[in-house]
Amino acid sequence: MRRAWGLRTYAIIYLVFLYAPILLLPLFAFNDAAIIAFPLTGFSTRWFEQLWTTQALHQALRNSLFIASITAILATLLGTCAARAGTMPSFPGKRGALGFVMLPLVLPEIVIAVALLIVVRQVLDLNLSNWTVIAAHTVICIPFSIAILNGAFQNLDPSFEEAAMDLGETRWGAFRLVTLPLVLPGIISSLLICFIISLDDFVIAQFLTGSNPTMPVYIYGLTRFVDALPLIMALGTILVTISITLLIIAEYFRRRGVARAGFKDTGGFL
Amino acid sequence: MTALIQLRGIHKHYGDYHALRGIDLEIRQGEFFSLLGPSGCGKTTLLRTIAGFETPSSGTLMIDGKDMAAVPANHRPTNMVFQSYAIFPHLTVAENVGFGLRREPMSKDQKTKAVAEALAMVGLSGYGTRAAHALSGGQRQRVALARALILKPKVLLLDEPLSALDKKMREQMQVELIRLQRTVGITFILVTHDQEEALVMSDRIAVMFEGEIGQMADPETLYRRPNSRRVAEFIGKMNILPGQVGMEGNRIVVDVAGLGRGAVETDQAPGGVVPGNTSVGIRPETLGVLFPGETTDRRVAEGVVDEVVYYGDMTYYDVRVPGVQQPLTISMKNIIGRPVLEVGAPTRVVWDERSLVVLSR
Ligand SMILES: Nc1ncnc2c1ncn2[C@@H]1O[C@H](COP(=O)(O)OP(=O)(O)OP(=O)(O)O)[C@@H](O)[C@H]1O
Ligand SMILES: [Mg+2]
Repeated sequence: MRRAWGLRTYAIIYLVFLYAPILLLPLFAFNDAAIIAFPLTGFSTRWFEQLWTTQALHQALRNSLFIASITAILATLLGTCAARAGTMPSFPGKRGALGFVMLPLVLPEIVIAVALLIVVRQVLDLNLSNWTVIAAHTVICIPFSIAILNGAFQNLDPSFEEAAMDLGETRWGAFRLVTLPLVLPGIISSLLICFIISLDDFVIAQFLTGSNPTMPVYIYGLTRFVDALPLIMALGTILVTISITLLIIAEYFRRRGVARAGFKDTGGFL
Repeated sequence: MTALIQLRGIHKHYGDYHALRGIDLEIRQGEFFSLLGPSGCGKTTLLRTIAGFETPSSGTLMIDGKDMAAVPANHRPTNMVFQSYAIFPHLTVAENVGFGLRREPMSKDQKTKAVAEALAMVGLSGYGTRAAHALSGGQRQRVALARALILKPKVLLLDEPLSALDKKMREQMQVELIRLQRTVGITFILVTHDQEEALVMSDRIAVMFEGEIGQMADPETLYRRPNSRRVAEFIGKMNILPGQVGMEGNRIVVDVAGLGRGAVETDQAPGGVVPGNTSVGIRPETLGVLFPGETTDRRVAEGVVDEVVYYGDMTYYDVRVPGVQQPLTISMKNIIGRPVLEVGAPTRVVWDERSLVVLSR
């Protein structure tokens, strides 16, 4: 009993520590004052209105959305192939290959960013653009995609595709008609998670972005101007809301996939 | 009549592992054929080779007179019931059963009708709209059967289809499968490691050991005249006694430890006769014990009761006879009014020369 009580206190302190700063975002975003300080002076939506009219911001948003969309699609496509390969009986170097693909998960982002910067600038001699960011984001997103899709694929009975082929379908037909519908929730979940990761990333984008910054890079640029702080608060409020919404949708699809195929749930993000 | 399925010298290697070691086998149209053997002997591998999911390392496979080497699984006239049933969980029962009709040139009505017929055949009429993942084990099994039979294959392949069911359900499905096979007249190839199931259901059985066929025969021959010790030990209970075998003129004579000398016919040595030391098999139910006061004109051997196991309809006696290390197991039908012998009681074992099998290998 005492121990349960102690654990609960710990959990509460942990959550306050984690979320209190985030709760400050909307508080000051809707505050009618140019400086971030208590006491609050009154409710206002003027910071949001100001966001609406800032052209540079819109450009950054478009960049971010473009990069995140392409990244989500590429990473999920490659992640699907890798997860599918993981279900194959065995092939030479299978363990090594899968381990290698998961490596970016534990490498510091800044290492990946610098390494890619050197490759792009020095080795390939390319200009930085949205595509260099996409390439880097895809690399860091693939492990997440694989982790999500592995669960979806590993739960599949290997006889499903064989049964479909036995009933006259081609290899592709068997994949499309049986495997794909069963892993589709996992694919949607992966798309959303990769989208969020790319949208939220600052370190890699800071290094690899071209002349057009992404949203987080743009925000970082704004922090140099003290009077832009309420604007950042408003922007942050919007981004946090979007991220949490997408995460909830992703988890919904992941769970639905697990339930649809009648499997036991063995983890997830929420 | 030529065989529907012909396998000639089929070998399969997985890397260094030699999973199939020269399988020769012919299966006739309409036959209920079983592949029986201990775990890991290659039954599934052989079945999957016929289905087209494994490519043999060498040898030929003909189905209905056509070489299957270049024919992929989806174009073979075979359909399979998987051990896990592999019912597609995202489809309804009707969609599962009708899956194979997707590519058939039939109208929607014809397909609906075919699905209804297939469901009726396995006793699942009215289950069409159910979600497949909500079915019980026995129902999944029936859906898998209907799904595989709807294409009217020349051969239905079944990989341990009953092993996931409880005993009662299994016995019921055995009967249903036999009946189904007779109605549709399709050749069934059943994989099982359950010798009783194979004996009950099959027209013919191939007993496999370590990638080879040990013996191929109808259930009765297999049971009464196993051609080797491993077949005898795998199927049913068999007393195996050391002995000597030799030819006297054109008669086969065996000297069985503990029982005595006797002459046997050629069919009692299906594995051939190698003069010298041999093993001799005799089934528990072909032996008997004499109760006090009984007499017989069959052969007898003196012994002492070592163990009594009472089964209700049967009693199993283990009887020690001089000259044999292992006690003989004897099964006797219980008859009203006849006492059960006690452990330690002296008794006489009765046997017949015709019940002996010479197991040279
Ligand atoms: N894809 C494979 N790669 C390597 N070895 C395999 C493969 N498939 C089967 N084997 C091996 O071949 C042997 C025969 O396997 P198979 O599945 O045919 O046995 P089985 O008779 O069906 O046994 P069980 O009754 O356990 O199902 C086994 O030793 C197995 O380990
Ligand atoms: Mg098997």
